[in-house]
Amino acid sequence: MNRIEHNRIDQRFAELKAQGRTALIPYITAGDPAPAHTVDFMHACVEAGADVIELGVPFSDPMADGPVIQKACERALVHGTRLQHVLEMVAEFRQRDSETPVVLMGYLNPIERMGYDVFTRQAQASGVDGVLVVDMPPEEAGDNAALFAEHGLQSIFLLAPTTSEARARAICEHGEGYLYYVSLKGVTGAATLDADAVGEQLNKLRRITELPLCVGFGIRDGATAAAIGRVADGVIVGSALVGRIAEHADDPASIPAALKSILGEMREALDREAAG
Amino acid sequence: MSRFHDLTQLPDARGHFGPYGGRFVSETLSFALEELENIYASLKNDPEFQAEFDYDLKHYVGRPSPLYHAERWSREIGGAQIWLKREDLNHTGAHKVNNTIGQALLAKKAGKPRVIAETGAGQHGVATATVAARLGLKCEIYMGAEDVERQKLNVYRMHLLGAKVVPVESGSRTLKDAMNEALRDWVTNVDDTFYIIGTVAGPHPYPMLVRDFSAVVGREARRQSLEQIGRLPDALVACVGGGSNAMGLFYPFVEDDDVAMYGVEAGGEGVATGRHAAPLTANAPRGVLHGNRTYLMSDEGGQVADTQSISAGLDYPGVGPEHALWKDVGRVRYVAADDNEVLAAFRELTLVEGIMPALESSHALAHAKKLAGEMSPEQHIVVNLSGRGDKDIHTVAKLDGIEF
Repeated sequence: MNRIEHNRIDQRFAELKAQGRTALIPYITAGDPAPAHTVDFMHACVEAGADVIELGVPFSDPMADGPVIQKACERALVHGTRLQHVLEMVAEFRQRDSETPVVLMGYLNPIERMGYDVFTRQAQASGVDGVLVVDMPPEEAGDNAALFAEHGLQSIFLLAPTTSEARARAICEHGEGYLYYVSLKGVTGAATLDADAVGEQLNKLRRITELPLCVGFGIRDGATAAAIGRVADGVIVGSALVGRIAEHADDPASIPAALKSILGEMREALDREAAG
Repeated sequence: MSRFHDLTQLPDARGHFGPYGGRFVSETLSFALEELENIYASLKNDPEFQAEFDYDLKHYVGRPSPLYHAERWSREIGGAQIWLKREDLNHTGAHKVNNTIGQALLAKKAGKPRVIAETGAGQHGVATATVAARLGLKCEIYMGAEDVERQKLNVYRMHLLGAKVVPVESGSRTLKDAMNEALRDWVTNVDDTFYIIGTVAGPHPYPMLVRDFSAVVGREARRQSLEQIGRLPDALVACVGGGSNAMGLFYPFVEDDDVAMYGVEAGGEGVATGRHAAPLTANAPRGVLHGNRTYLMSDEGGQVADTQSISAGLDYPGVGPEHALWKDVGRVRYVAADDNEVLAAFRELTLVEGIMPALESSHALAHAKKLAGEMSPEQHIVVNLSGRGDKDIHTVAKLDGIEF
């Protein structure tokens, strides 16, 4: 496959590995609470120590998400945020930040409707590095994965506790950038997780892949981030951040500081864990 | 050989009907769908399983349902003879129970103590709650909050049957949102829960297995036509939301090239107004929702559109993937009936034949009336009277200005 040599995601994980650090990957929903703020929030995340940004593309029917991210999608959609606008936000972000990898995360239909050719061309031009489509497992990705690769977009796939070993092998074979390990059965924003059990699963996966293993679902503060940081190459924090955005939705100017506070705590806990 | 023979060989191994169908789900559900696919594959041709299914259909559902010649109505219209496949006479009052009996048997074989379902009009919810009660399974039904309001009777029926009805407040608060919430429940409780999907949509293998369980309708109708009419009918008509009752009637006739088929979607306030639930008739763009690729009503940014229909059961922005293919290859013609035509048909059948149809089925009746008028008295139309109208009395009375 025709890959861009210096993909930002690969580069970032190589740097982290060399430094012995764990990736901190915030997720925010683009357009929440209004489109004008998203780029500021992305920069705030980077200033607080984010290594990769997962930018959520709002969707009317977010079937794998819990109430926190559902509501974020609704707030974004009320303001008319569509995939087209999300790509424009990434382009704007790139004017000041050419290094932090950006992964679009969402559902397939907005891409399907835009058209795969148009999407991949525009995503590449905007400076998107990876695409994680929740409802597009590798067997349905088909030609799309190759098309994404041609445009320097890495396909990030999910792994779950319910994934069989045979499936895991197939997914690892198709995956690029990093693997997103869904630590819990359930929707985003659900219950607490058991770091030891996650660690056990990740150890099994390490035998079949060299891709960085990042864990999402259930990470809400410095302590949970540090616990997962001990066993994973990266921690993904979504609902905890989006919940904070919701609390401050009436006063968006206060959100960057709120994001920095929670991410800063996680960054510190992860780095302390790595140093110790 | 029929020029539509290929259509009987679908879906392919990965659940595709041409460009439609598939399994577009988040990774957590993949294993459950593989498991379901394997269980179904092992039982599909198992004579013991089929015998159990047939026994339940006969003794619990009351099959076969009659094929009734609506002579008086046909005479009034003055065209083709209209025959009604009386799925309204099934236990629980609609065709939905054929499928829930089948899936409940699968749940039992899979050893799952809990079932969940989505429902629009409440018919599938009632049919699920019914089989859950009979098999002693724990049951939760997801229903859009708007539908809970307009289908109070069915909500109470489910409650009496021991099911918990969860009103869904997200999104448009209708069928599609109920399905989202059921999927969220499933992804959380996938170890002990069987998801009984109520239509020929969703991720593979659901469109296939719901079709197979529903096809008893068409097998009977085909045999009854030969016995009662003396030949196959000239046309079949059925309403289409997700499309399970239409699929059930049509599928066994797919290779009968001379039998025309009409799928009638919910025209709402009129397809031209945009306020409808008729993705096939309106040529909605291709999209992916609830695990399958199909015709899907969405805006230019790919956000799923709000739909509009007087009948909660058809109020859905997508349609089963096999119907999508049948439209493309021209096996079935998809048309729409608007709310006014539907109400007129509801009242007319009630007055002329003493049969009160569900508002969903009234879509099929509205189109059958038009079609019959263009045909001759020697010709025959079979309409799937997919459910009875008791549940809709509240809605119709309200339009008449009556509140109970």
